[in-house]
Amino acid sequence: MRFLAFASRNQKEIIRDPLTILFGIGLPVVVMWLFTIMQQNMPMELYKIENLTPGVIVFSFAFLTLFSGMLIGKDKGSSFLMRIFVSPLRPSDYIIGYTIPLILIAMMQIVVCFITAYFLDLKFDWNVIVAIAVLLVNALLYLGFGLMLGTFFTDKQVGGIFALFVNIATWLSGTWFTLDMIGGVFENVASVLPFVHAVEVTRLALQGDYGEMLVPLIWVVGYTVVLYVIAIGAFRKKMRY
Amino acid sequence: MSIELKNLKKAYKDKMVVDHLSLEIDNGEFFALLGSNGAGKTTTIKMLSCMLIPTEGDAFLLGDSIITSPEAVKQNINVSPQETAVAPNLTVRENLEFIARIYGSGKEKARKMSHEMMMEFSLLDKAKTKAKTLSGGWQRRLSIAMALISKPKILFLDEPTLGLDVRARRELWKVLETLKGKVTVVLTTHYLDEAEALADRIGIMHQGRLQALGTASELKKQHSMKSLEDIFLILTEEGVK
Repeated sequence: MRFLAFASRNQKEIIRDPLTILFGIGLPVVVMWLFTIMQQNMPMELYKIENLTPGVIVFSFAFLTLFSGMLIGKDKGSSFLMRIFVSPLRPSDYIIGYTIPLILIAMMQIVVCFITAYFLDLKFDWNVIVAIAVLLVNALLYLGFGLMLGTFFTDKQVGGIFALFVNIATWLSGTWFTLDMIGGVFENVASVLPFVHAVEVTRLALQGDYGEMLVPLIWVVGYTVVLYVIAIGAFRKKMRY
Repeated sequence: MSIELKNLKKAYKDKMVVDHLSLEIDNGEFFALLGSNGAGKTTTIKMLSCMLIPTEGDAFLLGDSIITSPEAVKQNINVSPQETAVAPNLTVRENLEFIARIYGSGKEKARKMSHEMMMEFSLLDKAKTKAKTLSGGWQRRLSIAMALISKPKILFLDEPTLGLDVRARRELWKVLETLKGKVTVVLTTHYLDEAEALADRIGIMHQGRLQALGTASELKKQHSMKSLEDIFLILTEEGVK
């Protein structure tokens, strides 16, 4: 259970940074509110609350990538990881220890966004529970990106890469505009990346369209598994396991 | 015998970093490893603390091989890295408790041990201070306390006073002096006065090789010189093999 001590440390380290709350939770709420006002003034199918909510929550998960990548990058830069690598912790302890606190933050993001969506007229039924389960899988995907970035790059590099990542992850997710509005190479590239599938599978869950969820879910799970395997492999190498 | 290095070598492609290092360090000895930047000091410490696999040779820490029994080695050692390596958003107490817990102590025991360490290192009045707000000297003090809370039999101190002002260095020396005889300490440093003041024996490394070994007075006698600095300069001069 040593990983719990590590998870607790990581949680404190992240939560005590006010930017976490501001960007990870505050920003998605503001975005939902603004787009709902736009929807009222200029109705668009995409910005209806049942379509907007999954996209905004998945967008907020991009900050999980930032938080996890920056934390690992900083731990590396300050030699904190060196101290930890000398300890009897195992690679799985690190990965679990970095994942648990960020999943808790993801849960906070999901709950706050759904409460906001409720006040913006989202109907609550059992599909919300299914959507939450799907969102937790999506959260692991974005955490996987963070673990990988933090393992290979410094915290300063992670900050720069994140600026690119958040744009790619958002533009290619179909949250702000449907991909077929551009089509061609743009749509093809987006379809082989996991971001659009993450948003799509959550929308389907929220609509109760469970039969259609399998394919996008496979994309998300596949990418998540690959990212975690790379991150664990890199940790094992660094720890010489 | 606490530490025994047998022909320890680390090379990257054609670059030799540690060149067949053989050395024995006794139980409770305070051993200083001196050398210029790139002499191979930190690489040696990383190999001894099981973070790097040697290219050739082996080392035995309290009888356990760093190659075949790294798990057993890790139970007996700890490291205070070159950077302060503290968790910045955690308090002094939380940093200490965290390390105690990842080495297997329960919550209560970790709390008791952290209290003892804070008493020993005069950190009690800073128990609730976040590590990032401590001065450089106090961060180093915390870093060493974190390394000692796991009750290691061997402690590696990698340039513990780097970047500290004179007063903070002298304060830290007092702390390090209390370790003499209780724990086997391997200290790497750039500061010759530090090695002379603290170490039972001194090893001077240059280009991965051990150029001299002995007490400060033995080294002065061997080289017929009054100053350790002069000996160091001669042994680590460009072109010296």
